[in-house]
Amino acid sequence: MILDGKCPTGPIETSWDRHRFETKLVNPANKRKFKILCVGTGLAGGAAAASLGELGYQVEAFCYQDSARRAHSIAAQGGINAAKNYPNDGDSIYRLFYDTIKGGDFRAREADVWRLAQVSNNIIDQCVAQGVPFARDYAGYLDNRSFGGAQVSRTFYARGQTGQQLLLGAYSALSRQVKAGTVKLYERREMLDLVVVDGVARGITCRNMVTGEIESYWGDAVILATGGYVNVFYLSTNAMGCSVTAAWKAAKKGAYMANPCYTQIHPTCIPQHGEHQSKLTLMSESLRNDGRCWVPKKVDDCEKAPGDIPEEDRDYYLERKYPSFGNLAPRDIASRAAKEQCDDNRGVGPGKRGVYLDYQSAIERVGEDTIRERYGNLFEMYEKITAENAYQQPMRIYPAPHYSMGGLWVDYNCMSNVPGLFVLGEANFSVHGANRLGASALMQGLADGYFVIPYTIAGYLATVKPGEIKDDHAEFKKSAEDVKAQIDQLLSIDGNKTPSELHRELGKVMWEDVGMARSKESLEHALQRIPEIRDDFWNNLKVVGSNEEYNQELENAGRLADFLEFAEVLAKDALHREESCGGHFRTEHQTEDGEAMRNDEDYCYVAAWEFKGAGVEPELHKEPLKFENVKLAVRSYK
Amino acid sequence: MKLKLHVWRQNGPNDKGRLETYEAPDVSPDQSFLEMLDDVNQALAKEGRDIIAFDHDCREGICGMCSQVINGKAHGGQERTTVCQLHMREFNDGDEIYIEPWKAKAFPIIKDLAVDRTGLEKIIQAGGYTSCHTGGVADGNALPIGKEAADYAMDAAECIGCGACVASCPNSSAMLFTSAKVAQLAVLPQGKVEAHRRVMAMTEAAKESDFGNCTNHYECQAACPKGIDVKFIAKLNREYLKALIK
Ligand SMILES: Cc1cc2nc3c(=O)[nH]c(=O)nc-3n(C[C@H](O)[C@H](O)[C@H](O)COP(=O)(O)OP(=O)(O)OC[C@H]3O[C@@H](n4cnc5c(N)ncnc54)[C@H](O)[C@@H]3O)c2cc1C
Ligand code: FES
Repeated sequence: MILDGKCPTGPIETSWDRHRFETKLVNPANKRKFKILCVGTGLAGGAAAASLGELGYQVEAFCYQDSARRAHSIAAQGGINAAKNYPNDGDSIYRLFYDTIKGGDFRAREADVWRLAQVSNNIIDQCVAQGVPFARDYAGYLDNRSFGGAQVSRTFYARGQTGQQLLLGAYSALSRQVKAGTVKLYERREMLDLVVVDGVARGITCRNMVTGEIESYWGDAVILATGGYVNVFYLSTNAMGCSVTAAWKAAKKGAYMANPCYTQIHPTCIPQHGEHQSKLTLMSESLRNDGRCWVPKKVDDCEKAPGDIPEEDRDYYLERKYPSFGNLAPRDIASRAAKEQCDDNRGVGPGKRGVYLDYQSAIERVGEDTIRERYGNLFEMYEKITAENAYQQPMRIYPAPHYSMGGLWVDYNCMSNVPGLFVLGEANFSVHGANRLGASALMQGLADGYFVIPYTIAGYLATVKPGEIKDDHAEFKKSAEDVKAQIDQLLSIDGNKTPSELHRELGKVMWEDVGMARSKESLEHALQRIPEIRDDFWNNLKVVGSNEEYNQELENAGRLADFLEFAEVLAKDALHREESCGGHFRTEHQTEDGEAMRNDEDYCYVAAWEFKGAGVEPELHKEPLKFENVKLAVRSYK
Repeated sequence: MKLKLHVWRQNGPNDKGRLETYEAPDVSPDQSFLEMLDDVNQALAKEGRDIIAFDHDCREGICGMCSQVINGKAHGGQERTTVCQLHMREFNDGDEIYIEPWKAKAFPIIKDLAVDRTGLEKIIQAGGYTSCHTGGVADGNALPIGKEAADYAMDAAECIGCGACVASCPNSSAMLFTSAKVAQLAVLPQGKVEAHRRVMAMTEAAKESDFGNCTNHYECQAACPKGIDVKFIAKLNREYLKALIK
């Protein structure tokens, strides 16, 4: 099937304004008759729930943590982009649009990206009004820094805790609506099914994570803003509870999963230290503003202390390979370059899987105090984890799974192919193409939540009768029974492998075969291993405890069950895409000097997969991508 | 290294709770404290025994989910460190470690080390915001904010809402938590407009949620993993007085 993204046609500059005008409205008096469920309270879900509540809808919001404020958006460090052009350095909506399309390696929809760039400026204003303490200069004006993939300074930040401050802003707006009675919050709830009646999303089934109760919630529309899926690699920069579960349950009810193979491996993370590690820690990309990446030129020098390696024996490989962007090359490129150096046996640190990120010249240029002011908390975090002082010796970094560009397929209105199901933030696939530029996920989450969904959801609600189907419908009962049956099954296998053991096994396969570089051979290997691990899971899993209590083993087992189905579709997508683009690098498709080689002739489309059951071939649906405002070009950062 | 752990086990709010002893036989100094507990839990699960429940999520010291009292100190007592960022190199072979949950009337125990912190939510819901609408706000640069005020607001805004301040206070007061939000918004022009209403509503909500009074012990500042300063409590008191006089 050919999918239609329902993008507005005509001049792109006015596309969003025209679309807003043409979209139906819901009469203010009718709004309170509609109930909207919002799963997720991160930047996307939190902003959406608060804004929709304020408009007068009845909103119910859900999260698995004990507070809406703890969604993983909280961990974002570096910053958020906007086309304000405050520094007067040549930025504009068009430039942000262009950079994002190019950064995504020409695999995103033009109209969606334009809208994102257009509303980016409103986001900053909104956050300032909420009291978000962005960094300011001595005159009291907002300060900017640079991020990878851009030659202008457009990133707004709040020390090294931008995500925290933006999320607390959204959380405060949400709290205000809770107080006003328009939003009801359900914490410590995990969505375990989407309820679909006659092809339309009508509600969700959740597990109360404290009591184990299986609960049904109905809504006239369901929003998923449930974040990304890179924990499929086991070790990643995501929080321990991040999972594909909510999105995958929707996929099992008919929603298409788009471009799952577009995963981002972030170049600057603290290298893995041991087998028992539970997660990897990101060092913000903003560090590349002042830090310089290098490895020793000579293999013999790799064991030496970095200070003993003279300048002429250091290879500043990013500056060498990409002179115009240097250390600010986009993430996919910087990650592969780091891997190349280590594959060439010139890595440093334990296992030689690391490269240096060096502040020496920046400290000499601007002084240690300025560096402390800019990145103090990151240096502190680095020291806690490694016991090394990065003011005195270079950091060691290595790429790690970080972000999912792929996600549930949505049209221009952020609605999936299942009517009534909307998907926002990292959980959808929409704007980042095959690679996301730094500081643009926060922008997308808040754009979707504050400025897109409040308009587009009205267009849908205006066509439905409020409260037509409620939780007394038979489908809700059936869904609850199915959820309960799966829980019982997980608890009854009583084998000898714990969820985390099996998750590590899956992660290893995904990292080695479906990670930074993929080939036909490695992907076929993964496609053989994933079903084996899945069988092992369903035959040898051990989950202690019962359902009727706070049971973290049970939660992990349920999430892993979904990862094990999803991983196969991810690998299939990677195998089918015979080109290299952005974060998807197929070793068969590269130029002589190792750069990604796209195939626009055959693959300039969104791949949306319809799940047909575990082990059954999923069906591919395509949405062709048209570029009318930018020219498809080879992406060069040289 | 090898450690002996005494861990608080409690099956729900109505159970009495007790300390139970476990061995951590093979701990690497590079592990985080929670990774050490993961290993203990893996061993328990393998034997079919109930694992130790504890809250955690980001493991980066920012979500505020992790919450344990280690050897009598909230988050283990290392300066500016959450328990998820505490590393085993701070301990020695043969150490005995006591691990307990946040203990406060306002934080009922869910299971073992996990507690219910809904009280903190109520404080924010009472007024921890500016009442701006989505859309229709001024340009971000319309009101210059002095760097000093912006930095002061940011210092306060770093609070991660973990509740260590409450857990370490002899009165189980949530004053540091409340004051951080009050101070952040009171110093910014966007928040000044509602400053009086906010300080009254938030302190009232803290009382209603069973948090105690502040009697200036300042244990909270020492325990705070983000180094939130008690000067914000002084600021809250000034704001409160101003609101009373009005
Ligand atoms: C360490 C780190 C640093 C980053 N730094 C930056 C940066 O500097 N700039 C930038 O632009 N981007 C950054 N990103 C990316 C960005 O933070 C995320 O992509 C973005 O915040 C995701 O927001 P979200 O609202 O889509 O999802 P999240 O914030 O992940 O929220 C997901 C929500 O869904 C809920 N949820 C999930 N599953 C379920 C379920 N089954 N049932 C119920 N609830 C569920 C969760 O409880 C949570 O409330 C960073 C990411 C990481 C990990
Ligand atoms: S787990 Fe997030 S702060 Fe410790």
